[in-house]
Amino acid sequence: MKLTVSHIAKAYEGRNILMDCSFSFDRNGTYVLMGPNGCGKSTFLRICALLEQADEGTVSYSENNAALQPDMALRRRITLVLPKIGVFNTTVARNVAYPLRVRGMSHAEIEARVNKALAFVGLERKKSQQARTLSSGETQRLGIARALVLDPEILFLDEPTASIDEENTRIIESMIGDMRKQGKSMVIMTTHDNAQAERTADRILVMERGVLEGHPNLRTE
Amino acid sequence: MNSLFQGFVQAIDLILHLDPVLFGIILLSLKVSGFALLIATVFGLPAGALLGLKRFPGRDLAISTANTFMGLPPVVVGLFVYLLLSRKGPLGFLGLLYSPSAMIIAQTILATPIVIALCQSAIVNVDPLIRQAARTLGATPRQVTVTIIAEARYGILSAIIAAFGRVMAEVGAILIVGGNIAGYTRVMTTTIALETDKGNFELALALGIILLAISFSINFILHAVQKKGTSILT
Repeated sequence: MKLTVSHIAKAYEGRNILMDCSFSFDRNGTYVLMGPNGCGKSTFLRICALLEQADEGTVSYSENNAALQPDMALRRRITLVLPKIGVFNTTVARNVAYPLRVRGMSHAEIEARVNKALAFVGLERKKSQQARTLSSGETQRLGIARALVLDPEILFLDEPTASIDEENTRIIESMIGDMRKQGKSMVIMTTHDNAQAERTADRILVMERGVLEGHPNLRTE
Repeated sequence: MNSLFQGFVQAIDLILHLDPVLFGIILLSLKVSGFALLIATVFGLPAGALLGLKRFPGRDLAISTANTFMGLPPVVVGLFVYLLLSRKGPLGFLGLLYSPSAMIIAQTILATPIVIALCQSAIVNVDPLIRQAARTLGATPRQVTVTIIAEARYGILSAIIAAFGRVMAEVGAILIVGGNIAGYTRVMTTTIALETDKGNFELALALGIILLAISFSINFILHAVQKKGTSILT
């Protein structure tokens, strides 16, 4: 699947957040969008993930050169993990099962996928624990498990390590590395940490005051 | 103090001897309040959810109205229902005055604003991140709504408990529209009022203790459910 962003602009209360941003995400691997806090990275990600609409420009998904409609079916092939995830007031396992339950999957398949996702983020031992008792780092890993359980074709991660300790940051970066090795999906993540971008990215984009500076900073492997 | 003790002893005596009249009164109380609560929940929960989830013109006015009506004086409701159902009233042709149905109508009017206002409050207080999480995880708009309501389940249950407490303890409205007819519309609270008037304090106290015990048991069970309960989608 390919994501193309063309000339998007967004303003809030008269303040320009994004200006004429264009880029084509066309390869599996990890794209890292870097930039200081408040530069518009999260808004860009939310627009790409179809959670918000741009004031100008277009976000289009395509597959085998055929455009995909921005409907529920497409939204279910992509997933966004926010810096602060909303934790449902139930167990860790049921939190991870949620996106599968809303898709009406069978109980057996849900259980298998949940176990696999929890093992991937290292939370398998806490599957029966109440999710709201997890630490902030574990909560972030839960958020990633809840997204990965869907095997999304594009996974958006908005500042996945913004408010967690070094140990959990290391675990999450290693998970992103594992996804990269598997090469099955595209990860588009934001960070304000240059070193983290260097460690995790296949390709780096820089955003400065709402302007996307793609190509000059592009690193390809 | 003596009356209190005697009331307690008599309460136990009445329960142990399975007094049929007493059980008839208790059963009618539970039936009337239970039906009223059921109707109030059927209408109040969707209304509270709508007010909690959607933004529309007149929403603030509707919330303020529900909040105000939470404190409706039972005698005023009793009077209003009486005037509606009395022979010359607009619904007089139904012949419901001085019947359990009239009592259910009065109690429903008392319980519904409580269910609406407290459900709205429970739903509006659900963390906005929950809605966002549900959307990002591919829930349809309907599933997002169900998820938010499910997250508010403890608050919703509290709303229902509060409404039940209100109608079980209420006496003014059902006395006016039910008439306290022995074996037909006499419930626990109206019996307590009657026995107190007659100076029969022990029996009144005994009934009061039983009423309290029933309320406590129901609250205890609901609280246990609240602690254990899981939601539909999550």
